[in-house]
Formats: sequence, C-alpha cells, structure tokens
Amino acid sequence: MVAMNMIQALRSAMDVMLERDPDVLVFGEDVGFFGGVFRCTEGLQQKYGKRRVFDSPIAEAGIIATAVGMGAYGLRPVVEIQFADYIYPATDQLISEAARLRYRSGGEFTAPLTVRSPYGGGIFGGQTHSQSPEAIFTHVAGLKTVIPSTPYDAKGLLIAAIEDDDPVIFFEPKRIYNGPFDGHHDRPVTPWAKHPASEVPEGYYRIDLGKAAIVRPGDAVTLLAYGTMVHVALAAAEEAGVDAEVIDLRTLNPLDIETIVASVRKTGRCVIVHEATRTGGFGGELSALVQEHCFHHLEAPIARVTGWDTPYPHAFEWEYFPGPKRVAEALRQAMEA
Amino acid sequence: MKNELPLELHIPEPKLRPGDAPDFSDMKLPAAGSAPRPDTHAQARDTHHLVYDLIRVLDDDGKAVGPWNPKLDPETLKRGLRYMLLTRAYDDRMQRAQRTGKTSFYMTCTGEEAVAVAQAMALDRGDMCFPTYRQQGLLIARDWSLVDMMCQIYSNSRDRLKGRQLPVMYSSKEAGFFSISGNLGTQFPQAVGWAMASAYKGDRHIAAAWIGDGSTSEGDFHHALTFGAVYRAPVLLNIVNNQWAISSFQGFAGGELTTFAARAVGFGLPGLRVDGNDFLAVYAATQWAAERARANLGPTVIELFTYRASAHSTSDDPDRYRPAGEGKCWPLGDPVERLKRHLTGLGVWSDAEHDAQILELTEIVRTAGKEAESYGTLGTGPTVSASTMFDDVFKEMPWHLRQQRQQLGI
Ligand SMILES: Cc1ncc(C[n+]2csc(CCOP(=O)(O)OP(=O)(O)O)c2C)c(N)n1
Ligand SMILES: [Mg+2]
Repeated sequence: MVAMNMIQALRSAMDVMLERDPDVLVFGEDVGFFGGVFRCTEGLQQKYGKRRVFDSPIAEAGIIATAVGMGAYGLRPVVEIQFADYIYPATDQLISEAARLRYRSGGEFTAPLTVRSPYGGGIFGGQTHSQSPEAIFTHVAGLKTVIPSTPYDAKGLLIAAIEDDDPVIFFEPKRIYNGPFDGHHDRPVTPWAKHPASEVPEGYYRIDLGKAAIVRPGDAVTLLAYGTMVHVALAAAEEAGVDAEVIDLRTLNPLDIETIVASVRKTGRCVIVHEATRTGGFGGELSALVQEHCFHHLEAPIARVTGWDTPYPHAFEWEYFPGPKRVAEALRQAMEA
Repeated sequence: MKNELPLELHIPEPKLRPGDAPDFSDMKLPAAGSAPRPDTHAQARDTHHLVYDLIRVLDDDGKAVGPWNPKLDPETLKRGLRYMLLTRAYDDRMQRAQRTGKTSFYMTCTGEEAVAVAQAMALDRGDMCFPTYRQQGLLIARDWSLVDMMCQIYSNSRDRLKGRQLPVMYSSKEAGFFSISGNLGTQFPQAVGWAMASAYKGDRHIAAAWIGDGSTSEGDFHHALTFGAVYRAPVLLNIVNNQWAISSFQGFAGGELTTFAARAVGFGLPGLRVDGNDFLAVYAATQWAAERARANLGPTVIELFTYRASAHSTSDDPDRYRPAGEGKCWPLGDPVERLKRHLTGLGVWSDAEHDAQILELTEIVRTAGKEAESYGTLGTGPTVSASTMFDDVFKEMPWHLRQQRQQLGI
C-alpha cells in the first residue's frame, strides 16, 4: 500500500491495465506527452510508448467514434474527455452508437470503452468547467456510469470499468483530485494523505461496478451521495448531529438497489444529494426507486439537496454548490418530519 | 493483393521538446511580396495555389512589398500599432491581476495581436464577429471600454455578464462581438448562420469567425465550411494557426500533411494563407475576403499563420511540452515590432515616440484597472447579488427557479 491522491490512483489503474493487457490503450486531448491537463496520464506515454498512450485531435465526437471502432476490433480503449462539459459533441457516438452496438448487432459487435472525464465544480471553472452531466448518461440504456469519491475506489473502479465489456462513463470529481472536500471552501485544503482511503495497493485489484459503499453507518436517516458530495454528506451529518447512514453509490448505473433499500427500510428517512442541477437529475430517479421499494417504511418525505437549475455561475460557486449547511438543514428537516 | 507488411500506426510528434533548442530552420518561407493577388471576383480555384503559399507584405527590412500591400496611410498604421500595444498592455495587467488573486483565470494573445486588430480594422464596425477567447484585440480595436472588459475579468459589481462567465468570455452586442463560449468551435458555424440571416434580410453586414488550429478538428468547423459553401454565406472563416493547442502541436489537427488554409479546397471555397504576424498582410487578406463576401461571392477561408508566444492560459506551463523561448525565435517575428519597424522606416515613427506610447498606454490601462477594481474583484468582491444567478435562465422565471431563489435566501 502507498499513499496516493486521486490523480495518482487513477494513473496507477491505467498503468496496471496497460501492463496487463496489450489491448488497452489510452488517448485523448493532451493526455500523451503532457500527461493530461490534470496530469492523470503523466508518465504513461514515456512508459508504454506513444503507440499506446497518445494525444488526439480536439474532437470529442472523433475520440468516442474511433474508440467505438477500436472496441469493435477488439481493443479496450480508455479515452479522456478533457472536461465533462466538453462531452456533448460526442453524445451521438455515445448514445446512439457505443450504448447500442451490442444490442443492435445481437452481440456481434461491442464497445468496451471507458470514457474518463473530470467533472463537477468547486474550482472556479465557470459554466464550462464545472458541470455534472451524469443524468444525461444514466438515462441511456446501455451505458454504465461510475463516479468515485476516494483514491482507493477510483483505482479499483477504473480497473473494473476498463475490464467491463460494455461502455462505461467514468466521471472524476475534479475538486477532490488532490484532497477530500467537505464543502467548507473557506477552510484550508486537506491532502488525501490524511484520509484512510488514500492507502492504495500498487498492483491490480478491482471494485465491482454496481456496488455501493456504506461510508458511515447510522440509524436515523439514509443519506445518498456520490463523488465530492460524499464528503459533504459526511460533514453535514456530523454538523447536524444526526446519526445518518451515508451511502456512497459509486456506480449510478447499474445501481446497488439492495444496499439503498436495506438502509431506508432501517432508517425510514432518505435525503439525496448531488451537485448536478435538480430537475431531471439522478436524485429524481433515486427518489422514485426509494418510494417504490420503501413506501411503507418512510416516515418523512424524501428530500433532495442539489445544484440549482441554472448554469454554474463563475462568481457564485459557493452559493450554487450544495454545501454542508444545506445538507445539514435537509437532515434536520427529515428528522423533524 | 497480399499484404506483405504489418500495418503501423502513425502518431504525430513535434520535432522539438523541452530541453531542445528552438529551431525553425526547416520552415519554408516564401519571400514577402511574392504571393500573387487574384482579383476579388476570381474563381475559388484560382486562389487555391495560395493555400500552400504565404501572403506576406512586410519584408525583413520592414518595407511593404508586393501586390497585397494594402497601401494604408500612416495614420491608419499608427492606429493599428496603438491598438496592438494597448492589447499587449491590457493583457499584461490582467495576467498580473490573476497572479495576485484578483481573478481566477486569464488568457493572453501575445504574439497574435495583429490578427484581431488588423482584422477589426479591415472590417466595418457593423460587421459581426464570432471570436474565440484569443481575440480580445477585436474589442480593443473597436474602442470598447477597457473598464467594461476588466469588470468581466473581475466578475465584479459592474460586470454586465453578472459574474456568470469565466474571465475572458466577453460578450458585447454593441461592439458586434458575439458571446464567447468555452466550448471550442461552436461559434464557427454560428457565424455562418448569422451571415445567412444577414443575406436573407438583404442586410449589408457580413460576419467573421475565428477558430484555433486545434479546434478545426471539431465537427463544427466542417459544418461551417459546408453550410458556408452551400449557401454562399457572407462570412470570413479565419483559422488562427498559432502552432499549439494547449500541449498539442498542430500536427494533431492534421497540420503534418497539409495547411489549414487548404481545408478550403475540398469545399470549393477560396483560401488564403497569411503571415499572421504581418499587420499589412492580415489587413489586406481580410479586405479581400470582405470585398468578396459583400459581393455575394460567399465565404473565404483564411489561415493566419502565427505563434502562441505565451502560455495557453494562466493554468498552463508551456515549458513542460515545448522548447523554452520558441516564441522569441519565430521566423516571422513579433507583430508589434514589425509594424513599428515599418513605420520607423517610413519616417513617421520613432523609438522615442514608441516608448512614450507604451508608457501612455500602460497608464491608460492602469487607470482603467484602478477604476474597474473600485467596482470589485473576484478575490474581494463586491459582485452583483448572487440572487441574479437565477435571472436569464429563461425570459420568464418559472416557479421552480423562484422557489430555488427563495431557498438560497439571498
Ligand atoms: C469542446 C471542447 N473541447 C476541449 C476543450 C478544452 N480546451 C480549451 S482550449 C483548448 C485548445 C484549443 O487550441 P486551439 O484551437 O489551437 O486554440 P488556441 O488556444 O491555440 O488559441 C482545449 C483542448 C474545450 N474548451 N472545448
Ligand atoms: Mg492554437
């Protein structure tokens, strides 16, 4: 085990898979010589050569389309979309092509690609470097969506994503690349080294997709979160003095429904948090599922704490971001209901 | 036929990397003045040799030579120099403002000033610009308020964009400057649409769009050329080839095999490849293309061949991927120095006047900076009220946004 931040853990996952499988290759804008604008692929081209780790044209549709073609041939491309905000030109290739190739060819052709992309706000990136578009992809039949919250999970999940025979969207919350972030932007940044989940095995291991993690057991209320918001949720539970069970979903699709249902049946209350906009967000899907599975156990309305239904405003990052204060308030309300 | 050789994947690689000495000795530069100038009503195909050529007017001695010389009067030239120097002074102050925490981000256009400034001057004030984040010179050459631009950089209480946009993503309808998007390339076909609308309405204004070398890889670039060609839209399609797209050299946009101007050929559009650091050449090419567009002869693709002399942005460190000091060795020099030399050679400008002007412009920028800062900075505020973030999502605010604004409690 070595201490890694999220960037190192992700790099280590790609390193392990490049080493193990000659069919794995890594490409995207600025990922080759430079090692990516967030440095996630730093050193990989030097180690594996530019045939296996290389830069691409600035063409997200082209990146995904060629990855689909490579997948059809039998390779396992791991591509980077520089920011999730720039994934939209590729949506046709992702939604109409990658997601449906297995289905429409009766399993003859598949698209086992992994699409990594830094995502979420908290770095003053304005509306085109801050978005959380996960719900666009969770809505698509045939795509898996994964969002890690710690270095340990990031590596194990990325390895599982690369090994997965279906296309996986792997969103990396960029605000927690270098350290966990509980939403208190006015406090000093804590590095990952102080967090137990920064202890990461150097070699191969995997965390199966579709499995949530209970990161804080509790009896009073179930708090569902993923990505950066897991850390915000934990802080909010402490600050509200509520014995919340915090579940890190890790994979949104396919979802670990058992873990969620077992928890809500126990607590009788459920608060859902995500940074993405509210309307049509993944929280709506979670809320519907909880209601369908746990209606008779619910003692309070299911609550959602989310980003507002506006683009992410540059100067009002912290008014937009659903921080611990808003989450704590929702927890208290859920308890009083 | 049997395939005897195993296939090989080609991955482009720039010749030089950090640690290497800058070297442009293999760059073939046609002599200034040597490129012929077709009539503005020429057939597109009669321009196609120019896509592999380089239109240059200023020679190594700073003399204006050849058929592309736009023969501008000294006052116009001096205005061009002034705008370029002002752009540079503005960039310098804003870059330092970012370094000192007054804002989150900044992008300079160092070395590329001639592109926006000469083009703005060669266009009519009413022509509509669809720029990238590196054409701040358009606003400056259209005499737009520096204070207004700075307020956007600072996201402060006087920011007309209400703190919503990343610094440098200006918007000014009044200045004929379309709202800049962070998503690369999107403006290119939009400019074509604007031009189509202008033609539809029988208007007299044309459009001009800019895109970086790297961004020509996006599908939107190709949509622009297709629609522009199909509808003969009155639009200038400018490709600013500054050799780099963050860390990726232009080979990753297809520059190893051909020029960017040559993209015009397959669409049947006229194409010009221009020394982007030569104020006169940029001016002349823009004038040529604008004249064509105004005569209903459709779009022209213009490659502005230049070099991104500074970092991509304040988040970037170019020493990690390209030889240090390459910008200083760029064979086509610096646009400001070259125009200065030309003016000095004409006997209408001197070192002393030049230095005095730099001081004057620095002072103008400083004064504007002080005023803008008095309206707030991102670091310290004040900003407009955070509650305004719910405005303009829609024309009429729906119930759920009202509710959310209430929940925000500001
Ligand atoms: C659709 C999209 N993809 C990726 C990015 C990230 N990005 C921002 S600038 C840039 C490089 C652009 O290079 P170029 O087009 O040559 O313009 P230059 O910066 O050189 O002016 C990249 C990849 C983006 N902003 N939008
Ligand atoms: Mg460029």
